[in-house]
Formats: sequence, C-alpha cells, structure tokens
Amino acid sequence: MSEIAVTSSGSRRGVNFRPVTQDSSFARYALIATAVLFLAIFLLAPLAIVFVEAFSKGIGPFLTAFDDPDARAAIRLTLLVAAIAVPANLVFGLAASWSIAKFSFPGKSVLITLIDLPFSVSPVVAGLVYVLVFGGQGLFGPWLAAHGVQIIFAVPGIVLATIFVTFPFVARELIPLMEEQGKIEEEAALTLGASGFKTFLTVTLPNIKWGLLYGVLLCNARAMGEFGAVSVVSGHIRGLTNTIPLQVEILYNEYNNVAAFALAVLLAGLALVTLGLKTFLEWRHADALSGRARRH
Amino acid sequence: MRDVSLDIQPGELVALLGPSGSGKTTLLRVIAGLNSPDRGRVLFDGENATNLPVQDRHVGMVFQNYALFKHMTVADNIGYGLRVRPRRTRPSRAAIKARVTELLQFVQLDGLGGRYPAQLSGGQRQRVALARALAIEPRVLLLDEPFGALDARVRKDLRRWLRDIHKQTGLTTVFVTHDQDEAMELADRVVVLNEGRIEQIGTPEELYDRPASPFVISFVGEAVALPVTIADGHVTFGGRELHIDTHGLRSGPARVFFRPADIAVAAEGSGDLEGRVESLRRTPAGVRATIAIDGYDQTLEIDSPLERSASLGGRVPLSLAKARIFPADENGDYVNAGDGI
Repeated sequence: MSEIAVTSSGSRRGVNFRPVTQDSSFARYALIATAVLFLAIFLLAPLAIVFVEAFSKGIGPFLTAFDDPDARAAIRLTLLVAAIAVPANLVFGLAASWSIAKFSFPGKSVLITLIDLPFSVSPVVAGLVYVLVFGGQGLFGPWLAAHGVQIIFAVPGIVLATIFVTFPFVARELIPLMEEQGKIEEEAALTLGASGFKTFLTVTLPNIKWGLLYGVLLCNARAMGEFGAVSVVSGHIRGLTNTIPLQVEILYNEYNNVAAFALAVLLAGLALVTLGLKTFLEWRHADALSGRARRH
Repeated sequence: MRDVSLDIQPGELVALLGPSGSGKTTLLRVIAGLNSPDRGRVLFDGENATNLPVQDRHVGMVFQNYALFKHMTVADNIGYGLRVRPRRTRPSRAAIKARVTELLQFVQLDGLGGRYPAQLSGGQRQRVALARALAIEPRVLLLDEPFGALDARVRKDLRRWLRDIHKQTGLTTVFVTHDQDEAMELADRVVVLNEGRIEQIGTPEELYDRPASPFVISFVGEAVALPVTIADGHVTFGGRELHIDTHGLRSGPARVFFRPADIAVAAEGSGDLEGRVESLRRTPAGVRATIAIDGYDQTLEIDSPLERSASLGGRVPLSLAKARIFPADENGDYVNAGDGI
C-alpha cells in the first residue's frame, strides 16, 4: 500500500483562483448587456413594430388588406417566383456542388468565385444588368421584341433576377459538406453494382439532405424577400409585376400603413418560420450539417 | 505506375506490399475499375475488363476506412449490393433478408443487423464492410489496408480470421498493406511495389530467402548493407575478403546485404569481418551485443550465446552465414541480384 498526498499551498490558504481567461463579473455583465441592448434596439424593436403597426387598427383592417386584388396578385406572384427560382437553384446548386466537390477540373476555382458573385454584387446592379441585356434598348431587346417575348417589366425578368440573387445559397451550403464527405461512399456503392443515378439517390442524397434543406430554406427566404434586383426589372405594374416587397413599398409610400405592414407581417412571419426551422436543423442535425467551415 | 505485369491465380491470396506512394492502392483501384490505366490492360479470367465499368466487374471491395453507408443499418449496408440490382436480376425481398442474415452469421455479427455503423467498433465495421462486399458474390475480393485503422490486438485476431474466411470462401483475394509482417503472414504470394514498379513477386519464403533487389531485402525485414568491391572474383570490404560467390557478377562496386540474424561471432582467427563490442545486454536467449564494424559507419546488433560473448570494448571476429550481393550497374544502381552465400 502506498499513499500519495499532494497539497497545493494555494488551496490550503483558501485562495480563490480565477481562470486567466475569465474576465471580472462586471466586464462579463457589461458585455452581455451591450449585446442584448443592441439586439433589442436594432432587431427586436423593428420586428415588433411591424406587428404593432399591422394590428394598430384592430384585426378587421388587417384582414381587409388581403382583400385587395393587388395585394393578392403580389402574394401569388411572390409564390410563383419562389416556386420557379428555388427548384432552379436547387438543381443548379446540386450540380455545381457535385462537380466541385467530387471532381477536379480546370477552372474549378473560377467557378467557385462565380457562384459567390451574387453575394458581392449589389442586387440593384444585378437588376440593371438584366435590363441592359434583355430590356427594350438592351442587347437582345430588339430581337426579343420582334419575337413577342417580354422579359423586362414582366414576370420572366423577375424570375431571372431572383434566380441570380439566390444563386449561391444551395451551392454554398453543399460544397463544404460534400467536400468533407468525399466520394468514398459513392465508390463503394459503384463497386456494389449501383448505377450512377442510383448511387446519387441512395447514398449521396441521404448524406446531404439536411444541408440541402437548410440551403433551400435560406434560398426560399431570400427569393420571397428580395427587393433590389426585382425592383429594377419589375416596372412596378400593380396587380401584374409587383411582388410582396414591392407592394409593401408602394403601400407605404401611399401612407397606407396598415396595409403595408399587414403584407410586411407575411414576410416577417416567413423570416421567423425560416429562423425557427434553421435553428431546429442546427440543433437536431448538427453533425449532418458540419463541414460548413466556410460559412457565409 | 510503370511496367506492372501481374498474374493472379484463381483462389490465391495475394498481398500488394509497399511503402506509401508506391502505387499499391492505385493498382488495387485499377483492378476494381475505380481508376483507369493510361495504358495497359486488365484481364479477368482471360477476358479483357479494361473498359468494363466498375458496376459490371463484380469485385468485392473493402475500403480502407470501410466506407460504410452511415445512414443505413448494418443489415441495409450488407444487402445494398443486392437491392440496387436491376429488377430482372434482383432477388426477392425475402431472399435478400435471408442472405443478409446468413452473412451476419458468417462474419459473427448476429443480432447487430439493426445497428448503425456509428454504433459499432472498428473491428465490427471491418466485418460489416467484408460482409457487404461478399453479398454480391464477387469474382475477386479486394481489400485496401484492411487492418490499417485498427489497434494491434484486433489486428492480430482479424488477420487469422481473414485467412479463415479466405479458406472457407475460396475467393481470389488481393489486399494492400504497408505492413510486411501482415503480408508475410497472410499471403500466398506477395507483390512488392516501389515507386510504381514491381520489385518482386514471390512467396513469403522466396522474398525472405532470395530477395531480388536491395529494396526488397531492406523492406522485407531488417537488413544491413555493406559497401564492397568485386575484383578478380573476390569480394573485399575494408581490405578484408568476404567469402561470397561472385560467379557471373560484374566487377566494381557492389553492396552486400545480410540480416542481423545471419551474422554471428566467429571462432578466433576466422571470420569475414571484425568489430568492436560497444555494449552488451543480457537477453533471455543469451547476450545481445552492439558491434561497430571496422570501416562501417553504423553499428549492428547481434545475438550470441553466452559462452561465445566477448568483453565490452574487445574486438570480435564475425562470420556471415547468409548474404546477398548486388553489384552496381553502369548507372550506379544496385540492381542485379547475385546468389550471395
């Protein structure tokens, strides 16, 4: 039997040790209070005001705002645009991240940079580019007009602008995830006799499904909420080319606050739902979403 | 990879042995069809499989880190190769289930079919990967560093187990390893690879007893290399003659390789070499001496019986029981194997 006794001089004298990385409690509370105050003023208050304003005259006027045919048209258009833009970017995002993560080819880094372009370009500039290319005086304008195709100041232009702006969301989410997973499981599936498509369905897709859903959520929120690029190409034709964000602006400029904020509540609600789902995904499927070293 | 020509017999257990970067994994992947060769052909049972896609080669591949499907249960992993078959050739659901149960039993994982790979130990994952590969009744079984990711104890058990599996299934098996003990213990024949070239193909005995190149002799077990000169049919090292047969060998510089076990303390007045005893250590079998050989910059360790042992700092004559000599070619590479002693 042996006995080892180590007595530190500090503990014997009852000295209170504090880890060197821990600040004093005053500093800690001050920092937390600053952060909370900042969030309250700049994020929570505006969100609350949207709801307060929308219901300022009671539930009746709030609901009548949705009886307006223009408002309904705006909602329908927003849903339509998202219904086209999100699947389009889903397919594009899958194709781009698949090719970037699983193959090496010349120009790969250029492609990655291009995918990020919509993040770095102002949406207004993006809209203007489409006007310059497809507009009446634009590059293909006369040719398109001659064939009876209208893109600018019409739904196709809005869809194009939205696709451009929401380009990176799915791809950005999937590239790091797929790079981390590598292609070893796909190779295993191939040696076991699975075709390329079957491998994608049974191995690749299940491995990226949560990341994909996450990207689609962000993509959808942006597609429905996009203002700048859509504003440039839409032409603001009531009942025809106004999405919800554009309709909100018009109503607000007409001092129709209740109607403006009623529509804004839809967008704010969408944002909250997206945030809620996103938090749930991060909490429930954190490991399946890892590999996001290069988060935007 | 260059000039690789390899003929694997049905039912054989072949090891591809080499240091990292020697091309052993590449060769395995070429056989599997995961990499395609720039030139050359791959034949399966005599028919050209070079352009046969992976799916149609029917190889059972066990990857280094097993590459199990994380989102599937063990049973679904094993049945995968059967489930993805086109409808015409796909077995019925019940038949797949029966086969999975049979394979689970075969790899001694009964009752674990409902688990996910993350809930298994390394050795268990290894066995799932093997069962998954066996499920498709492959023509050849390919294993990439099958024991690389496991700890030493599990490795030993699995080695013996793989040998048994090979005996039971009779499958032609090729495995890649950087561990020469593993290759020697398991394989019928070992292919030693270095820098994309085959250095030697042979049974473990052949590799031990007749290594074809300096690389093989140093990679397969320990070896000591002495720089020597061949002149007039005599081999000299530091002015002393070594009794090595030089029949048919080129004169000039050469290297003599021998294993530490093949050198012993010789009787006084005889011996090929002489050295000074640097240190002595008692071992169960006798005494292990570290000896600095005259004219050689490295020390070597020899085991000798007690009664022959010399005193510390004393000089001892040494004799070579077995050695291989490799004369230099015109480029200065030591390639041509002589017979040695």
